[in-house]
Amino acid sequence: MTNKSRIAVHKFSSCDGCQLAFLNLGEALLELAGLVDFVHFLEAGFDDAAAQVDIAFIEGSVSTPEDAARLRAIRANSRYLITIGACATAGGVQALRNLADAEAWTAAVYASPEFIHSLATSTPIRAEVKVDLELWGCPVNSRQVLAAVRALLFGVAPVVENDKVCMECKRRGQVCVLVARGEPCMGPVTRTGCGALCPSFGRDCYACYGPAENSNGAALANRFVGLGLAPAAVARRFLAINGASSEFDSVGRSWREKQNDGG
Amino acid sequence: MTQALSFLPRPRLQALIDALHAAGFRCIGPRVAEGVIAYDALEEAAQLPWGVSETQAPGHYRLGASDTQRCFAWANGPQALKPLLFAPRENLWRSRRAADGGLRFEETLPGSAPLAVIGVRPCDIAALALQDQHFLQQEVSDPYYARRRRDLFLVAVNCTHPAATCFCVSTGDGPRASEGYDIALTELADGYLLEAHSERGRDIAAALPLETAAEAHIAAADTALQQAAEAQQRRLPGTDLQAPLFANLNHPRWDEVAARCLSCGNCTSVCPTCFCYSEHDAPALDGGEVTHSREWDSCFTQGHSYIHGITIRAETAPRYRQWLTHKLGSWHAQYGRSGCVGCGRCLTWCPVGIDLTEEAAAICGEVAPP
Repeated sequence: MTNKSRIAVHKFSSCDGCQLAFLNLGEALLELAGLVDFVHFLEAGFDDAAAQVDIAFIEGSVSTPEDAARLRAIRANSRYLITIGACATAGGVQALRNLADAEAWTAAVYASPEFIHSLATSTPIRAEVKVDLELWGCPVNSRQVLAAVRALLFGVAPVVENDKVCMECKRRGQVCVLVARGEPCMGPVTRTGCGALCPSFGRDCYACYGPAENSNGAALANRFVGLGLAPAAVARRFLAINGASSEFDSVGRSWREKQNDGG
Repeated sequence: MTQALSFLPRPRLQALIDALHAAGFRCIGPRVAEGVIAYDALEEAAQLPWGVSETQAPGHYRLGASDTQRCFAWANGPQALKPLLFAPRENLWRSRRAADGGLRFEETLPGSAPLAVIGVRPCDIAALALQDQHFLQQEVSDPYYARRRRDLFLVAVNCTHPAATCFCVSTGDGPRASEGYDIALTELADGYLLEAHSERGRDIAAALPLETAAEAHIAAADTALQQAAEAQQRRLPGTDLQAPLFANLNHPRWDEVAARCLSCGNCTSVCPTCFCYSEHDAPALDGGEVTHSREWDSCFTQGHSYIHGITIRAETAPRYRQWLTHKLGSWHAQYGRSGCVGCGRCLTWCPVGIDLTEEAAAICGEVAPP
């Protein structure tokens, strides 16, 4: 019907994985399609990038000269703009180039680098336009996107999940891999939302959901040193999928400098 | 205590499990899994952690081998009784939109089945009394907790092997259980000194192939528990820290500990007395049904102090201060005693090894005994 909410799913620099949070819904996707109209979602076959929508989901980071203008147009056409995933929310793994000489990397990787027109940095959507809600995760999961859509259909603010992974790990009765095995787990500084997935398989969290609120990366980094990690290894724990988030970037860079100082 | 003490020779330990099963209880007890000792289903005494010990330090836990053929020669792992009664996450009710447009609410009370827990340490029994006080003795008792509590049978094991992180002697909660259990065991070289403490406990004991405890058994238990008390290396600076904590709300130590603290909530999650939870609604996608649930929360989360647009405790220092001043301070006004039973879990399971006894001492200084 014409009064159904209109939804767009846009892609910027990303792997497309977060869009699967919709496409992997199974039966719930049919139910969702009954509640809303997908007007733009290339991966699902809908192509109307300039449409006016109620909710625009944005996957991917800003990393080419064209991205910024396209993003501003989407913002102007959307009532709510929601980022999905590490790329859109923190710059993604491609933001590692922010720490390096992007031009040199392009030259080293591509046979004809003159055809590559990318910016020297990869930045989150928030750096370019106002964002109404950020869904963290690499990738985000279906529960997160459905909860956001459902809340907005009710006309209420979506619940922001910003606690540490540890809270969920303990609720699930999982054994702490840091305390019981000495693993350099990022759970104490990482945002919940995954269901403490990696620790449930006995491995350490690698922060794919980005920084939790009030995260103390500096203290956790010191603990990693106590567990035997070298400065370079400490830096790599922070400078990864969500390394360009301000919280992880500052800790990671400081340990990279210690590595360069031979510390 | 006029209760006669009995002796259960080690080869007959299975009889205890069998008697509990025969009385209709499902049994859980300490077992080794995922590198720790935690409660799990117990069918056979052989499943207990025979010859297993552990070492603990702030931020550190490792299993090891004990030099004896004992099954209770260890101190508590991460899991207390708390998750068995105060569920980490559970549904409280469901509401549906009815055809007439009204809302229909449905109870989602848990089913309950008689459960016997074997191997509960005195600190956790003391913690259970505090959780009972909070969930059952308020104006409105908590029906979810109450259902599970009603059918709980407790086999305490007095603690002969405290960890380096333990300090129950200074809180007055161990190493010997004094009340609140059905049967208490003390592990000795060749068996278990057994004391039944409740009607149900005496019924179970009556079904066991017990011997009369010898003087030597009683003396050995006393000696072992005396040694366990003396072995504790840590203590709180006093049993009532209400006055010194609230006299030091601006102590520089709050900022110092906040620089180390991850504000991750591991301490409050493993704490056997912490009872904070948050409530959430999970609507079905079609919007016609909502499940209302609660889950463990912590004074270290933002949501804990969020009130209508303002986070009262946005940073770690006031959060840590909230934890310590409540647990060791205002708990006295609320429940008549400290909220700490000296189990040491918050030390061991803190990822950065913050020591509550050290922080309390730094902030309160030495406190004169009452």
